[in-house]
Amino acid sequence: MERSSSLEKAIRGILITAVLLFFLFPIFWIFLMSFQTNEDILRIPPSLFFEPTLQNYSALLTGKLETAAGSLDIAFMRNLGNSLLLSTFSVLLSLALGVPAAYAFARFKFRLGENIAFTLLSFRFAPPLLVLLPLSLFFKQLGLTDTYIGLIWVYQLICLPLILWIVRGYFEDISPDIENAYRIAGHSWWRTFRRIAIPLARPGIAAAGLLAFIFAWNNFIFALILASASKQPVTVGALAFVTASGIQYGQIAAAIVLSVTPTLLLALYAQRYLVEGLSLGAVKG
Amino acid sequence: MANLLLDDISKTYAPRAKAPIRAVKQVRLDIKDGEIVALLGSSGCGKTSMLRMVAGFEEVTEGAIRIGGQEIHNLPPSQRGVAMAFEGYSLYPPLKVRENVAFALLREKKANAEIEARVRQVAELLEITDILDRYPTVISAGQQQRTSLARALIRRAPVSLLDEPMSQLEPQLRAIVRARLKDYLIEHKMTTLFVTHDQTEAIALADRIAVMEKGELQQFGTPAEIKERPNNLFVASFVGEPPMNIFDAHLDHAGDHLRINALGAGGQAAFSLKAPLLENVAGQDVRIGIRPHLITLGADASPTSEDAVATGRIISNHWLGDQSHICLDVAGTNVVCVTERPVETEIGKALALRVPAKAVHLFDAVSGRALAHGLASKVH
Repeated sequence: MERSSSLEKAIRGILITAVLLFFLFPIFWIFLMSFQTNEDILRIPPSLFFEPTLQNYSALLTGKLETAAGSLDIAFMRNLGNSLLLSTFSVLLSLALGVPAAYAFARFKFRLGENIAFTLLSFRFAPPLLVLLPLSLFFKQLGLTDTYIGLIWVYQLICLPLILWIVRGYFEDISPDIENAYRIAGHSWWRTFRRIAIPLARPGIAAAGLLAFIFAWNNFIFALILASASKQPVTVGALAFVTASGIQYGQIAAAIVLSVTPTLLLALYAQRYLVEGLSLGAVKG
Repeated sequence: MANLLLDDISKTYAPRAKAPIRAVKQVRLDIKDGEIVALLGSSGCGKTSMLRMVAGFEEVTEGAIRIGGQEIHNLPPSQRGVAMAFEGYSLYPPLKVRENVAFALLREKKANAEIEARVRQVAELLEITDILDRYPTVISAGQQQRTSLARALIRRAPVSLLDEPMSQLEPQLRAIVRARLKDYLIEHKMTTLFVTHDQTEAIALADRIAVMEKGELQQFGTPAEIKERPNNLFVASFVGEPPMNIFDAHLDHAGDHLRINALGAGGQAAFSLKAPLLENVAGQDVRIGIRPHLITLGADASPTSEDAVATGRIISNHWLGDQSHICLDVAGTNVVCVTERPVETEIGKALALRVPAKAVHLFDAVSGRALAHGLASKVH
C-alpha cells in the first residue's frame, strides 16, 4: 500500500463525503417525503421536522387513494407485482438465450458472427421510440398487445444485448484449454459447457443478470405504449398519482421508496459480483 | 498401449483466405506402441498444431490419424483415448491440485483406493505431494505445470500428448523429473508424443525425434541418427550445442579421389582435405559441416593424410566449468571448437586446428540435402 499524508487523507475524506451527499441526498429526501402529507411537502421553506404519517403507505397497500375530490382506486401493488414478474422472467429468458449465444460468439468463428453480435448491441444504443411504432403495429397484428409474453419479449431488447456482451467477455477470458482439458478427459461438449464454462463465468453471468434486471425494472416507455393498466410495471403505474385534484407527492415518494427497495437490496447484496463482473479479469486460469 | 500413425497430415489455417497459412505440410509419423517421440523445432514450426490435431482441438485439413489402427481424426476429443498436458497448464481453478490430478480417473469410475494410490504415485514422481491440497491459483508456475503433467500421466491413456511439459521447471528439478518421467513412461508402455524446443530434453527423453521446420518434417530418427547423420543442413545446424560449423566448399576430382577445398569469407582457401570418390555428388559446389566437439586444437598430434590442418586466429575463449568454447577466425570464417580442458592462450594468437575427415558432413549447396557423413576411406 502506498502511504499517504494526513492532508491527502483529509482531502479524500471531504471528496468522498461530497460525492456521497450528492448521490444519497435525493434518496434520503424521497424517504422523508414518503412520511409526509402533501401539505408538509409543499411547505416553503421545507423543514426537516414534521409529524410523520403512514398514510401514504397505507394508501398504496390498500389501493385506496383518498383525495380532496374523493376516493380513487390505484393498482400500485399490482404494478409492483408486474414489475417483479416482467423483470424476472425477461432476465431468465435472456440468460437462457444469451449465455449460450455469448459462448458461441466467444468460442467459435462463424460467418457474420461479429455482425450479428454488433447488431444485437446496437439495440442498446438505438432509442426505444425508434422501434416502438412498428412494434406496436406488429403487436396488434399478432395479438401481443397488453400481454405479459409480449412485454417479456420486448424486454429482450434491453436484457439480451447486455447479457450477451458482458458474458461474452467473460468466456473470452477463460482459456479454451481449460475446457479442452475437460473434454479430452472424456466429457462431451455440452457437459463441458455446463460444468466448466458456466461455473467459471459465473461472476460475469451474475453481474450481467443483475444489471439486466435493474435496467428492465427501470424501463418505462415499452410498457407505457404496449400495455394497459393491468399489465403495467411500477414505473408506469406511478403516473396514476398525477390525479385530477393535483399531484400526490407523498404517495409518489412512498411508491418510489417501495419500488426502489428491491433493486437496491439486490444491488447491495450483489455488490461484489457487480464490481467484479463489470471490471472483468476476475478469472485467472 | 497403442500405436499412433499420422498419415500424411496437413493443416491449413484460413484455407479460403488470400494467403492461407500452411502450418503443417504432409507430415507422416509412424509411432510404435510404447514409443516416446519428441517433436522438436523452433516456435511456429507447426509442432503444437500437430499435437492439437491428434488431440482433436484442430481439424485435420488433409490426411488421417490412426490410433491402434482405428481412424480417430473425425471423433470428438472425448472419444479419442488421448491424454494431454497443456502448455498453459489449464488447471480447473475451483478444484484443489489433488482433485485436478484425480479428475480424469473419477470419470473412468475407478475405485477410490486405486485413485488415491495413483495420485500418490504421480505426485511423488513430480514432487507435488506437499501441494496436493492447495488451489491452482496459489501455486507457482512450475508447480502448475507439474500438476498439469500429473493430470495427463495419471490416466495412462493409449496415447499421451505433452506440450512443452517441462519448460517452467528449474534446471535441477528438470533433470530429476525428466529421468523419472522416462522411467514411468517405459514402465507403463505409454505411447507418448511430446513437443519441445529444448534439444537436450528431446535427446534425453525420446526414443525418436521428429525435427520440424516451417511445417515440414525434416527428419524422423533416433537421437543418435539425428546427431550423426542429419538429413539436411537445417537439422545439422539446429541440433547440437554449440551448432555445427558450416563452410562453403569446392570439389575437385583428382583421379581416384576427391579434394575438398573449404572456403572462407570471399572465397579464400581455408583448408582442404582428401576424400574418396562419391557417387551421388554431381556438382562442384557443396557445403561441409563439422561438429565443434570433433575439431582438435594444436598441431602436435601427428595428422593422418585424411585430416585437414588449418590455422586460425583466436577470437574468444570461454571456460564454462566443464568445457571450453573457443572461437577462431579461419580465413575470415568463424569456427567454434569445444575442448574438455581449459586452453591457455591469448586472444589474437594463431593456433593450429585439425579437422578429421571422418567428422565432415557433406551437403548439397543448393538444396541443403545431405550427401555424405564422414569422409574417411570407408564411405557410408
